[in-house]
Amino acid sequence: MTTAQLDRSTQEVENEPLLQADSVSKTFVSGTFRKHYTRALDTVTLSVPESPPTITAIAGESGSGKTTLARTVLGLVEPTSGAVIYRGTNVADMSRAQHAEFRREVQVIFQDPFESYNPFYKVDHVLRTPIRRYNLASSKSEADDIVEEALRTVGLRPEETLGRHPHQLSGGQRQRVMVARAVMLKPKIIVADEPVSMVDASLRATILETLRAMNRDVGISILYITHDLTTAYQLAENIIVLYKGRVAESGSVDSVINDPTHPYTQLLVSSIPQPDPETQWGREQEARDEEEAEIAGCNFYDRCPLRMDECTVSDPPLYRTAPNRITRCYRYAESPVHLAPDLRSVFAPVGGD
Amino acid sequence: MTTATAVHSPLVVKDLKVYYYTRRGPVKAVDGVSFELHRGERLGLVGESGSGKSTIALALMMAHKEPARIEGGSIVLNGSNVLDDNSEQVRLRRLSEIAMVPQGALNSLNPVMRIRDQVIDGLKDHNVSMSDGEFANRVAELLDSVGLHRDVASRFPHELSGGMKQRVSIAIAISMNPSVIVADEPTSALDVVVQKQVVQTLRDVQERIGAAAIMIGHDMGLMAQFASRIGIMYGGKIVEIGPVSHIFNNPKHPYTRLLISSLPDTRSKRRLEGIPGLPPSLLRPPPGCIFHTRCPDAMDICSQEIPATREIDALRYAACHLYGDDDGKVVDL
Repeated sequence: MTTAQLDRSTQEVENEPLLQADSVSKTFVSGTFRKHYTRALDTVTLSVPESPPTITAIAGESGSGKTTLARTVLGLVEPTSGAVIYRGTNVADMSRAQHAEFRREVQVIFQDPFESYNPFYKVDHVLRTPIRRYNLASSKSEADDIVEEALRTVGLRPEETLGRHPHQLSGGQRQRVMVARAVMLKPKIIVADEPVSMVDASLRATILETLRAMNRDVGISILYITHDLTTAYQLAENIIVLYKGRVAESGSVDSVINDPTHPYTQLLVSSIPQPDPETQWGREQEARDEEEAEIAGCNFYDRCPLRMDECTVSDPPLYRTAPNRITRCYRYAESPVHLAPDLRSVFAPVGGD
Repeated sequence: MTTATAVHSPLVVKDLKVYYYTRRGPVKAVDGVSFELHRGERLGLVGESGSGKSTIALALMMAHKEPARIEGGSIVLNGSNVLDDNSEQVRLRRLSEIAMVPQGALNSLNPVMRIRDQVIDGLKDHNVSMSDGEFANRVAELLDSVGLHRDVASRFPHELSGGMKQRVSIAIAISMNPSVIVADEPTSALDVVVQKQVVQTLRDVQERIGAAAIMIGHDMGLMAQFASRIGIMYGGKIVEIGPVSHIFNNPKHPYTRLLISSLPDTRSKRRLEGIPGLPPSLLRPPPGCIFHTRCPDAMDICSQEIPATREIDALRYAACHLYGDDDGKVVDL
């Protein structure tokens, strides 16, 4: 197993990733006279390979840094340190042409489909603008074909969708139009930032299934940003759990959610409201310090039910508890420290099963 | 249902109709909803956007506003119909008989008032007279009961986290020991860990004061954790209502069945299937059963006749043409 892991990581060095966030950190500064610094993201390294197409969940609560990571990867937020590298070029140093290619190949779907729509434009406008911007069609009929094909790909009937205003569509349809818009550009990667959190349950399943089909049938890699471990489990192969900007735990989604090792992941998993009246929430409590203590150690110390004295001394490293698992917790100090920074090196190869 | 049970149940809603009057005609947001809330029970009203669930919450509090009007039916709270009350009577019954825990996403607390004063305000509004010391004690006791430190009393809302603010809202809601608590998506916009704590707190205080609670929402997981009975709403109607285990393990109405099967869990990965089609227009609802346009089991009769509500098994009612006299007798809820 270890040699296989080694082989894979050497292979990855040769095989340059498509997209890499290389030790990205982001500190937000607020306040005029007394500066207040918030470390939203703290040295996260993550890559998306050229192939095979993958689905990776980035999960955490508000303040975990998941949206900052998404926006950094998209080039919308400039990292305070570290770099986002696409096809070997730092996104910050890209030429105009390279940047246009990056913007086309890395698409985003946001949480609220209402916000990304101008209510006065018809759906057609939303879909035709990118065709014009990226010169995807040489004639009007070719543009029509592209639009209609994209709508069918996401399970919408063009005749029922085109010519309508956003408010005449359901939330699920609007969100699928956004997926269609992203897919039309034949992207390599879709960053989906909470794409279903505003959508009703019956439509949620349809959108997730659409994303899954885009991955399986069209070959698009997906970074699925979410607070919801249930949909992460259903959609993704691997998961990264973030807490206060740091990677708390990562690995294959089945093992992380069914057998969480980090006390924070354990707390998250035990808080899932299972849609089953026979599986009731437990009564376990988290430790709660009145004031958030500024300690040198683990950033979860103030809430950790399993905290130990050594946790206050220094920040724990990531321990490799199993071939496909890492966790940032001293309770696993007998496991080897995980040194390869790229989280991809933890993930099992896709398509094995 | 006999009148005797009506007297004993803190809340009996019968054939409630709430319409929004728009230029294009009335939108039948709530169209003939009946249910009874038993003493101390927790009822979940589940529905998607546009099902009418939040309109019911507003109507129960008599907090609906134009263009919404209550078109018919009755809301009998502790034995007397709220719809017959004047506005002063309604005001006095809020908080003391029926209280609301607002949506988590809404900042319902006054931003420029200390928590202590906001709790006392409600009490004074209802002519509770106590000494300052007694008021302070009552505030401390209420904060205690929702798991907050007494010091929170002197803080302002912006100094509290979202979960703490919702606990304050719960403390205010129970400040006069109401017999009914209405919680409309109380944990929307809260993180999953905090959501669990807030819902458990709500459940604890509801049990302690012996109030009945209605939780309104769309998250079936939360309902499974909170409710003892669940009503499924679709297109302004309750299509099925029954004990939580019946609804999850043996749903009878096709909509309930599809809704339950569309829920993802963390036990097995599977193909996720949504419900095809769109929610109905409430301006021009389809004839017959409101769900027939999306129903996989639809028959000819479904587009012609509105299905009657039948008692399928003990305490479980469904309105669907799949069931006939052999399956359960027609009831007038």
